[in-house]
Amino acid sequence: MRLNKVVKSLAVAIPMFALAACGSTSTADADSQETNQSATQNDTVVTAPVVKELTPAEKQRLVLQELQKEHIIYFDFDTATVSNTFATLLDAHAAYLRVNAGTTILVEGHADERGTPEYNIALGERRAKAVSRYLEGLGVNGSQIETVSYGEEKPLDNSRSEAGFATNRRAVLVY
Amino acid sequence: MKLLPKILCLCSALYSISSHAALDIVITEGVDSARKVAVVPFKWLGTGPRPASITNVISSDLRFSGRFSPTALFSMPQNPSTDSEIDYAAWGATQIEAIVVGTIKPYTQGRYIVGFELIDVLRAQVTNGSAKVLSGGKLITSNDHILDSRETVISAKEFRQYGHRISDVVYEKLTGERGAFRTKIAYVLVDRNNPTYKYRLMIADFDGHNETEILRSKEPLMSPSWSPDGTKLVYASFENRRQQIFIQDIYTQKREKVSSYRGINSAPRFSPDGKSLALVLSKDGNPDIYTLHLATKRLVRVTRNRAIDTEPSWSPDGKKLLFTSERGGKPQIYQVNLVSKRITRVTFDGEMNLGASYIGKNGQIVVVNRTRGKYHIAKQDIKFGNVQVLTKTRLDESPSVAPNGSMIIYGTMHRGRQVLGLVSIDGRFKARLPVSEGEVKAPAWSPFIF
Repeated sequence: MRLNKVVKSLAVAIPMFALAACGSTSTADADSQETNQSATQNDTVVTAPVVKELTPAEKQRLVLQELQKEHIIYFDFDTATVSNTFATLLDAHAAYLRVNAGTTILVEGHADERGTPEYNIALGERRAKAVSRYLEGLGVNGSQIETVSYGEEKPLDNSRSEAGFATNRRAVLVY
Repeated sequence: MKLLPKILCLCSALYSISSHAALDIVITEGVDSARKVAVVPFKWLGTGPRPASITNVISSDLRFSGRFSPTALFSMPQNPSTDSEIDYAAWGATQIEAIVVGTIKPYTQGRYIVGFELIDVLRAQVTNGSAKVLSGGKLITSNDHILDSRETVISAKEFRQYGHRISDVVYEKLTGERGAFRTKIAYVLVDRNNPTYKYRLMIADFDGHNETEILRSKEPLMSPSWSPDGTKLVYASFENRRQQIFIQDIYTQKREKVSSYRGINSAPRFSPDGKSLALVLSKDGNPDIYTLHLATKRLVRVTRNRAIDTEPSWSPDGKKLLFTSERGGKPQIYQVNLVSKRITRVTFDGEMNLGASYIGKNGQIVVVNRTRGKYHIAKQDIKFGNVQVLTKTRLDESPSVAPNGSMIIYGTMHRGRQVLGLVSIDGRFKARLPVSEGEVKAPAWSPFIF
């Protein structure tokens, strides 16, 4: 199985999350931590923490949380070509979907507000399908992927500026 | 003496609930060659407060058509209320060719008798109000300068509607064409600040008054379009997290899901006979045009192409469809004959042409034309190909033509918001219909309802 950088870094990150979670049982406040520490040092006994092993479900959830932070693929005007810029991002999602074959994903296709709403529905579908094909090319089972096009109906940026248009021309991976 | 046609009609105002006008017309461009007419404020013959003004409705209707330029009150030589009070010579000097005069009388509780006369000022000057004409071999006196004259009982709620009715009479008498002032528009209102129901399907009078919600949804609503009898709307809805097509009876609220194929279910349009829909489905791979017979559910694939085909629009005889296709590289308008399946390209001017529909039976179409990156509403002759760009605003889309072909309503941008624009078919008169909250899109002009 080929793990990419994101997933690898998560392998390191997960135990650290767990450690952080155990370290602050009652409060994360700096003052009270100091008080706790001094109280422990004054005692004749010292307790030591044990890192709790995460269940596979918890691990999967954390990986997914990380993936969901990077889940938007942007497109150039009137095109549906997946740019190389998003190769790493899509690799990570593909890796996750290959391992978790029971997981399904919805790829939403969106367009900017230029042109007609109906044409943009078609364009949004083309983008969603381009991403779907890309994931399938990386070994994801096609039955795990659904697509929907919202055209220009759900813009992220309403400014109608060039930057706003660029933000809205996108495909979104929804778990 | 000509019999005055008296009609007692019960113009039941369909939507009388909302009295506040959510849409306001703002005239963005004047008309230089419109015909001068005058709508004299109707005389109130009752006691107590005067009921709502009918004459404002008539004046603004006539102005929207782009064909007429109603005279301001201060430019009228006198304020007559009947033909007998009119000083023909004084009006003749104003270059006003026709005037509307009338009276409002109390009838029973909450009801009024509204009477009006449409006077041809030029004719009246010639005949001085009484022409001698031959009828059955005899010379008789005629008042043929009175082009129309009616009296009707209406309720207080029906004033606007009856004003539109008078506008229709005036328009038809003076142009020879049917007026479209009692038609409606459907559109989608998007309120991005609403935490739940962001998308609303609305109906209003063509001038934006009597706005009424007929559906609200948490998910996008698109492409409303009227049935030819004006009782139903077909539209696309994402309420089930995918695009599906519904038909809704606007009076009974009955809804029916008519298309829910895998992929796109988009751009539905009723056929002129109301029996079929043209629509766009991508179930067979990519967006193509289909027709769906509503009674038998029989689906016929019209286009078969690897490019995007969308936005079908019926010809008035129901034998052809216009549609947008990018089979030539960029989106352009094509026409398909539904019998022979023969496809011809219609538009060549501009980087793109989208969202076409026929303008009545006169061989012209309206399109969204993209030239040098700008999207404008344009008109094109199918046979000769000459193009006239009608709008100058930004990001114009979704043109819909009035059933008499006189005006086009479309989506446009104003101060960063999506609003509705209205343009006369010659492009000379423009108005904007902004709403107080949210964005207005996808306007669809109804057929003749009355």
